[in-house]
Amino acid sequence: MTPTREQKIWMYEHMLVSRYLEEMIEEIYMEGKTPAFNMAAGPIPGEMHLSKGQEPCAVGVCVHLKPFDVVTATHRPHHIAVAKGVDLNKMTAEIFGKATGLSGGRGGHMHIFDPDVNFSCSGIIGQSVGPAVGAALSRKLQKKEGVAVAFLGEGAVNQGAFHEGLNLAAVWKLPVIFVIEDNGWGISVPKTASTAVEHNDIRAQAYGIPGHYVPGNNPLEIFRVAGEAIARARRGEGPSLIEIETLRMAGHFMGDAEQYRPKEELAMLKARDPIVAMRTYLMTVDKMSEAEDQEIVTRARKRAEAAIAFAKESPYPRGEEALEKVFV
Amino acid sequence: MTTVTSNVRKQTIARAMAEAIAQEMRTDPRVFVMGEDIGQLGGVFGNTRGLFEEFGPERVRDTPISETAFIGAAVGAAADGMRPVVELMFVDFFGVCMDAIYNLMAKNTYFSGGKLSIPVVLMTATGGGYSDAGQHSQCLHATFAHLPGMKVVAPSNAYDAKGLMISAIRDDNPVIYLFHKALQGMGWLGTEPASIVHVPEEAYTVPIGKAATVREGRDVTIVGITSGVHHALKAAEQLEQKGVSAEVIDLRSLVPLDREHVINSVRKTGRLIVVDEDYQSYGVTGEIIASVVEADISMLKSPPKRVAYPDIPIPFSRPMEQWALPNPAKIVAAYESMVK
Repeated sequence: MTPTREQKIWMYEHMLVSRYLEEMIEEIYMEGKTPAFNMAAGPIPGEMHLSKGQEPCAVGVCVHLKPFDVVTATHRPHHIAVAKGVDLNKMTAEIFGKATGLSGGRGGHMHIFDPDVNFSCSGIIGQSVGPAVGAALSRKLQKKEGVAVAFLGEGAVNQGAFHEGLNLAAVWKLPVIFVIEDNGWGISVPKTASTAVEHNDIRAQAYGIPGHYVPGNNPLEIFRVAGEAIARARRGEGPSLIEIETLRMAGHFMGDAEQYRPKEELAMLKARDPIVAMRTYLMTVDKMSEAEDQEIVTRARKRAEAAIAFAKESPYPRGEEALEKVFV
Repeated sequence: MTTVTSNVRKQTIARAMAEAIAQEMRTDPRVFVMGEDIGQLGGVFGNTRGLFEEFGPERVRDTPISETAFIGAAVGAAADGMRPVVELMFVDFFGVCMDAIYNLMAKNTYFSGGKLSIPVVLMTATGGGYSDAGQHSQCLHATFAHLPGMKVVAPSNAYDAKGLMISAIRDDNPVIYLFHKALQGMGWLGTEPASIVHVPEEAYTVPIGKAATVREGRDVTIVGITSGVHHALKAAEQLEQKGVSAEVIDLRSLVPLDREHVINSVRKTGRLIVVDEDYQSYGVTGEIIASVVEADISMLKSPPKRVAYPDIPIPFSRPMEQWALPNPAKIVAAYESMVK
């Protein structure tokens, strides 16, 4: 399964949108947080988990999905939300805690919910799994079109939720795909110190489902593997597990000095930037011109800028609005 | 010869729950049931009996022993338009799956700004008194009622059990449905005869968040839930022998809590005793008393009393467990100490 040129451009552009948005967030996040770093200060308070470097996982999977398909994501959700088509303005306003945000400021960056495109996430490790299994069960029971994709980090696979969910999905043969973004680090603990197997795809064997490992953080390879797994799920042949080697280009959260990370690895980050690699690929293989690239870059940047402007200009909710929306 | 046909249709809570679920499943294809041993076995506590035979394995799904997965799945299915009824066999087992309950089920509506409805009914067995010790005998009323985002109901009799179940299934929010084992009418877990009452055949609702006065009185208000209601009713009979008129209130719901109902009763009687089989500290008893005191402390003729489970793990040995449990005698003694 290989992407068309159009699909490749789509993936490139959505990687850029996510990256630009995060670069702008990164800059604004630090406002009010220097010289002393205080997480509660500035226009964007709270924890901030940037996804830069991991964009290939999001686009390589979500390019195959329709709005009616379900995605559950993690505490590091921006790239996936962008690729799933979450309303960018409302998401950004949510990250700023504004009244116009997806939930009016009740969730923030770790709790992005956009039912219009069936996207949700959770700040709790491993808890993307159960809801994706349930959504897949719902589609099966209702005989309704659609698959569910649960994203999770490689640190989540040692949680019970992961194993329980895979088993349940396999026993019930549900249309769900589990996508592990392996960035090598669970906050400060390397995968080698936390996980007994080198690659988690072999854990699929324990549940009698196909497992795939995708090295290289390459959107085209992810496209191929995810495309097959999603097609399989759509045919009613059951769940699959995919582990993708990816790259955490930032700290676990902003403010993380990453002293635990080898200097050589940190020095390599820029050189391993998947967006640079994708641009080079498109220019050499797909003959993307400088002018076309500029057009895409400008389009992506403008979308991110517009979202930031929308968020900045939006009003804050009133304090007492916190009492609303506990129940429907 | 004439035949007198009785239109009294006495049922156990277990049967009333199963009947309620079946009736909703017949009219609403979105309703389905998941849990451990809820299929062919009909539930360890009998409350899904007959469903598997009528609706089959697609809609009545036995799960692996994976509460995190299937309760998490209920959240995902509910968000996708289904109305799952899931069973956590014993409430004591919440430890393995609380993330799915209080971090997902209870919060996803709020985190979606009210756009996502999570209509899950989580039914789970509570209560002790049959020497099953501290991992299978708890009530944990306050544990669930304390956490925002979930409604919590707990019937004391079969009529309420059916009506509350139908209300819970039709509610667009998550509902924790606590049923007390000794009230299920299962025999082997002890049976409280007063929980077996007339249950109309047709579907009906009992509103969530409304308490009921189950006995009227003038001298003291005794508030309880599930087993506590039955202890209170027995205590009220004993008090009547002594010339004391006790009013008994069945809370029926913990969230929303019908504070007004209790306050109105205490305004009349001037005295309050709260009975709860859950642990005493930081619990339902304290919440009820605080609600009354906050409303108007002057209506109390004496300090309120509570009869609750002591702050200890539930012991196995019969003399120890029975000593620790609330009972009618303790309620009578509480009243007597108030008027001394």
